[in-house]
Amino acid sequence: MCKDCGCGLPGESGVGISAHHHDHEDHHDHDHDHPHTHQHEHEHEHGHEHHDHTHGHTHKHSHVHSHADSHEGDFEARRTLELQQAILGKNDRLAERNRGFFRARGLMTLNVLSSPGSGKTTFLRETVGLLPKELKAGIIVGDLATDNDAVSLRQSGAPVVQITTGTMCHLEAEMVSRAVQRLELTGLNLLIIENVGNLVCPASYDLGEDLRVVLLSVTEGEDKPLKYPPMFQAANVVIISKIDLAQACAFNREAVLANIRRVNPKAQVFEVSAKTGQGMDAWRNFLAREQSNRQTQNPLAL
Amino acid sequence: MESALTMALDRARQSGASRVHSLRLRIGALSGVVPDALRFAFDALTPGTLAEGAHLIIDPVPARFWCAQCAMEFRSDDMFAECPECHVPSGELRAGREMELASMEVE
Repeated sequence: MCKDCGCGLPGESGVGISAHHHDHEDHHDHDHDHPHTHQHEHEHEHGHEHHDHTHGHTHKHSHVHSHADSHEGDFEARRTLELQQAILGKNDRLAERNRGFFRARGLMTLNVLSSPGSGKTTFLRETVGLLPKELKAGIIVGDLATDNDAVSLRQSGAPVVQITTGTMCHLEAEMVSRAVQRLELTGLNLLIIENVGNLVCPASYDLGEDLRVVLLSVTEGEDKPLKYPPMFQAANVVIISKIDLAQACAFNREAVLANIRRVNPKAQVFEVSAKTGQGMDAWRNFLAREQSNRQTQNPLAL
Repeated sequence: MESALTMALDRARQSGASRVHSLRLRIGALSGVVPDALRFAFDALTPGTLAEGAHLIIDPVPARFWCAQCAMEFRSDDMFAECPECHVPSGELRAGREMELASMEVE
């Protein structure tokens, strides 16, 4: 489940590639115990804070079966366990494993994020079409439902694997590691992951990417970087998309650039229109340069 | 929250606990975590587990930034923190993105 918005709660998710299946079953199994346990907790506390266990016990035995034994032994045993663990630790570990796998295969990996409707799919389709010969891309695309984006991206000629997330509002490292097994990686050196359209939750989930690319279209308003700072702060690249519409939207370029700088002074910014091709060359050249830098830094990659 | 709870329950089981009374988290001001959403998720996920009825305690961690120019740390809960001395935006966050399981009380 998503730590940010609580989506993908057990029982309602139809995740295509998901890590959460077992948990559902657990919760269902125990459902009927739940009113009893409640009662038992309260009585139990009374039992040991004040006098003895008598009234706690009589109720307890009538309702609760499995827990009763263990409780009798350790009334005094309340203790504190130190944990000191990062909550996203599991996703981060899996993301690091993905990263190692991608590096070893010489795959430069992009995690592409934006709100719904910023033009990710069109932008990526056009990007793949413009790539120089030495860059061969594969695509993983995450969507709540439908394979419309996957169908659109296949027009680029690149191999595409779809992850249907059901109610999950973001991709996690484990979903990516499973999806990548369904992708024919031979000959590829660029992996593009189109995340679920959402500017909030995906910011927290590392997928093992080399570059995080956040799209912002000119139709969205100049203050978006200020409204969704975690997303823009974690970006290596910010793409301002649909600049062919800038005039119609009275888009304030200076304001949006200032807002991006304010949240993330280090991000590379490209202003593009996938429709007219404006600015796409600079973006393509950037990708080619990044890929060749990575290759020379990593002699193991073929 | 689900992975946090799974981690906590695993530890509780390993240590032979039969019940979790409270779970304490450290949540940074800039972690992007909404405490109410965490509580909601906790209440939705705990029934039927060792942590049913347990308290969720959230310790907020204030954000601290580093200003390279003034060589000093300053506090701000604003994402785009400016150094209070030189007013240059800081690019270095030193604390405030924590999402950690701190401890839990079990029996």
